[in-house]
Amino acid sequence: MAQGYRIETGGLINRNKKISFKFNGVTYFGYEGDTLASALLANGVHLVGRSFKYHRPRGFFGAGVDEPYAVVQLYRNGETEPNIKATEQELFEGLEASSVNCWPSVNFDIGAINNVLKIFLPAGFYYKTFMWPKSFWYKIYEPFIRKAAGLGVASTKHDKERYEHKYEYCDLLIAGSGPSGLASAYSAAKNGAKVILAEDKPRYGGSLLTSDVNIGNQLGKDWADGIISELKEMPNVTLKNRSQVFGYYDHNMLVMSEKVSDHLPKTKKYHPNKRLWYIRAKEVLISSGSIERPIVFGNNDTPGVMLSSAAKEYLKVYGVLVGKKPLVFTNNDSGYETAIEFKKHGVDPIVLDSRLNPQSEIIDEAKNLGINIKNSYVVVAAQGYKKVKSADVATISEDKKTLGKIENIICDCICVSGFWTPTIHLASQSGNKTKFNEEIDAFVPGASKQNESTLGAANGVFTLEETLKTSFEKGKELSKKITEKDNEVSIPNVVEKKYSKHDKFWCVPLPKGKSYKRFLDFQNDVAVSDVEIALREGYRSIEHVKRYTTLGMATDQGKTSNLNGLQLVSEIENKVVPSVGHTTFRPPYTPISIGAIVGREVGKHSKPTRKSPIHNWHEEHNAVFVDAGVWLRPRYYKRGNETLFEASKREAKNVRTNVGVCDVTTLGKIDVKGPDAAEFLNRVYTNAWLKLPVGKARYGVMLREDGIVMDDGTTTRISENHYHMTTTTAQAANVLSHLEYYLQLVWPELNVNVVSTTEQWAGAAIAGPKSRDLLKKLFPKTDVSNEGLPFMGYVEGDLFGVKARIFRISFSGELAYEVNVESDNGRFMWERIIEFGEEFQIQPYGTEALSTLRIEMGHVAGSELDGRTIPYDNALEGLLSKKKDFIGKRSLQRAAFVADDRQRIVGVVPLDKKTSIPEGSHLVKDANAPLPNKKLGHISASCWSVEYDNPFSLAILKDGKNMIGEKLFVMSPLKNKVIPVEIVSSHYVDPKGERVRS
Amino acid sequence: MLHIKCPHCGIRSQNEFSYGGDATVKRPELNKEVTDQEWDNFVYNRVSPRGKHLELWQHLSGCRQWIKVERDTATHEIFKTYKANEEVA
Repeated sequence: MAQGYRIETGGLINRNKKISFKFNGVTYFGYEGDTLASALLANGVHLVGRSFKYHRPRGFFGAGVDEPYAVVQLYRNGETEPNIKATEQELFEGLEASSVNCWPSVNFDIGAINNVLKIFLPAGFYYKTFMWPKSFWYKIYEPFIRKAAGLGVASTKHDKERYEHKYEYCDLLIAGSGPSGLASAYSAAKNGAKVILAEDKPRYGGSLLTSDVNIGNQLGKDWADGIISELKEMPNVTLKNRSQVFGYYDHNMLVMSEKVSDHLPKTKKYHPNKRLWYIRAKEVLISSGSIERPIVFGNNDTPGVMLSSAAKEYLKVYGVLVGKKPLVFTNNDSGYETAIEFKKHGVDPIVLDSRLNPQSEIIDEAKNLGINIKNSYVVVAAQGYKKVKSADVATISEDKKTLGKIENIICDCICVSGFWTPTIHLASQSGNKTKFNEEIDAFVPGASKQNESTLGAANGVFTLEETLKTSFEKGKELSKKITEKDNEVSIPNVVEKKYSKHDKFWCVPLPKGKSYKRFLDFQNDVAVSDVEIALREGYRSIEHVKRYTTLGMATDQGKTSNLNGLQLVSEIENKVVPSVGHTTFRPPYTPISIGAIVGREVGKHSKPTRKSPIHNWHEEHNAVFVDAGVWLRPRYYKRGNETLFEASKREAKNVRTNVGVCDVTTLGKIDVKGPDAAEFLNRVYTNAWLKLPVGKARYGVMLREDGIVMDDGTTTRISENHYHMTTTTAQAANVLSHLEYYLQLVWPELNVNVVSTTEQWAGAAIAGPKSRDLLKKLFPKTDVSNEGLPFMGYVEGDLFGVKARIFRISFSGELAYEVNVESDNGRFMWERIIEFGEEFQIQPYGTEALSTLRIEMGHVAGSELDGRTIPYDNALEGLLSKKKDFIGKRSLQRAAFVADDRQRIVGVVPLDKKTSIPEGSHLVKDANAPLPNKKLGHISASCWSVEYDNPFSLAILKDGKNMIGEKLFVMSPLKNKVIPVEIVSSHYVDPKGERVRS
Repeated sequence: MLHIKCPHCGIRSQNEFSYGGDATVKRPELNKEVTDQEWDNFVYNRVSPRGKHLELWQHLSGCRQWIKVERDTATHEIFKTYKANEEVA
């Protein structure tokens, strides 16, 4: 297909490299360096989609990040991504894209019936209409609206692309590589500052790529190229194109999204798709330029109506004519630049200027070129449905209220310029209170809030000479502060044309008897009439008007619509724009891929994985693992076709009858050392610690100051001033911080040090009636008899040359020991235990069997110590010392904590002795009571008792003390179960605790 | 993300720290009789000022020291940081 709209020469594209791509199934050609938008325009394609609400035809409006229309679904290397701006997407070989918001096709869209019915879809329509009947929302309205709306479809496949995060520090971060960005980067770099210069487009240079200026006796673009190549050579400068600084956060941290691979057919090996930069900058220079402001007129959303600056960019950068009969509609001198550019390429434009008699150099130049200029003229309405065919134009009175006779001008595009809006988003995000500049009728940054300075057009400075001068100076001044160098940089002389004053006019009145839609927000289909309705209905705050009409709430965040919306509100309300105020700018400046935000933290990288030093052995022996916090622990060791239930029963039963071994490396371990260690433990734990002898362990419970149980575990006195504390796996980190808090802040006078030793020790719990026999084999030189190593005793042993700590403690309720060796010897220890345990029928057991064993013994764990229970609730009140004070003690006097019917741990057995009880179920008195049925308690943990071969659960039950023997019901609406149960003691097995002491 | 100057390590990003609440709260001394109201104030009641606030942070992924940070709750400006045992000026 011939490219009917590509001029013969010129532009910055590589004409030697042709690229084929598909749009809506049709194959087209473009060139390397094109965007999808420029390539489509070169092929005369103006219709790219349908609008969000009315499904009106949509074309291209801009040429970059401000684009409200040309949002497409992109297909690349077998993946698809929605919400891609065609004006930003660079062309690559094999690119495929399709329109969104249209069904069955962009040319014939059923949803366009909304356009005929638009009288029914004014602002607030959804709020008012879909409110009732209530039942319709879920089944009818919501699915319909969901199907009709939206900007493309997210892929449901796993994203194969990789995204990276990078942290960077610099002296100066400069956002935008236009004249001000280049000048400030250059002088700062010359002073030796560490500079990052970010440009969202593929090409550096900003407005210099399209403007007709002269800097230092060369073309603006050539000057920019020279600066860029110099900067590239400097080691203290990082130049990043395709990189959007989209968020300005606290303490000068900015976030930038770098599109590393989006311009390539396929991401290169070892390259990320996108890279998110977290940049902490000493100084930030915002040189983000400005975006042209549209003028609002009838049917101004017709494909072919676009920003005049975009038309110029398509011509100068891509060599593409957006039309062959252009009409330029302007209220300032910028439109003339576009007209002159057309004229230079043999196309005759007509310029309509709303001003009466403007005079300037550039207008003279246009006149000299013979361009047809009509003053005091406006476009009343565009004509044409899928493409502009002509324009209704008219003269306008000086007060801009009265239109003259309507005339029709044949044209194929309308290039509109309503002056410029500084891009102040980053400055505003930094906390800068913006101010309204009457000179340019737009907001500009006020006094700096963080270390940010705004330069050039972003600061409302629209002359190149001043921009360059202030930017060179600012770069120098800021870098001098940091590097203390003061290298002179000469400021080049500038030749540019002077502008005359723009017209304060942005909305063409409707001619009598016409009801053209005049759009403010092109992406969300918000028209002048919608804002009028919102105000009529009493919305006054601009934030409310925004939400009611959705003005500026689309993915383009109102880059081309906000100011015109404010202008309209201020006119209707007879206020000035600054008193209306603008809505809040929030990051991100432009949509950012979720993938980039998530980075590498996906799948198993979403959290660290910690493995015990015995992990490989478990793997080799068919362990099925479970996540325990960040640790991987064996849940059970599968034999043959065993289920989890069968395996855990077998393992638990073997502990009760023979001996089992469990990897307990994951338990938190903290070394507590110092002359005041005993006193410290005495304050931290609820029970007494001052008299614990060396070589003895003690079980302890620690509370938070509010009386809630924080954690439990055993602590052993290794030597006079050295204790070994254990915590639960889950609370290890919190307990350490808790101890540090009291040592550093509350009782700094205590001479105690704490340090985590969790990773230094590998641990194995050896449990079961035959555990002592096994221990004798493992430590033949150590006396491990009941007298030599009694319950809660501690000795050091020699495990075939490896130093070991042996604790006689038990979680399973059986005769049991815990052996610790230095982590590197973990597997050695484990293999010896298995090897010597063979004659005692040893089996390894996982967390499931571990739970079974502790539940039927009534030992509490995380599911009971859930941050809501006090010691009494867990039948631990015997551990509360009456003689001494401890953390949280005073709280235990609270009325609720001493209430007679206080909740307490109980055991629960189903009456049929068969039905397993789901964890989390509620206990109720009457299963048939009307909802909401009063909850008496909840099931905290369930198991299959291997001792009695029936289900057994623990529950936290109101007045649990007096409920033993009661018959209640367990209800689980989630599992749709109602189970009659009996309440029993939580100590289901060996209630006297004889086994551990045997 | 805040940039906090740890008095032991220097300036670090907020994600190395964890927040620890109001630094002006003093725990009643051990074994001292305290009224319900006093204990309630210590455990639960906090003012939530707009503006200057002295607060505790722990340099969790660093030196593990608890520090005091004087911060503006509205603007996030950090005026000064102190070691745990340092007198606040």
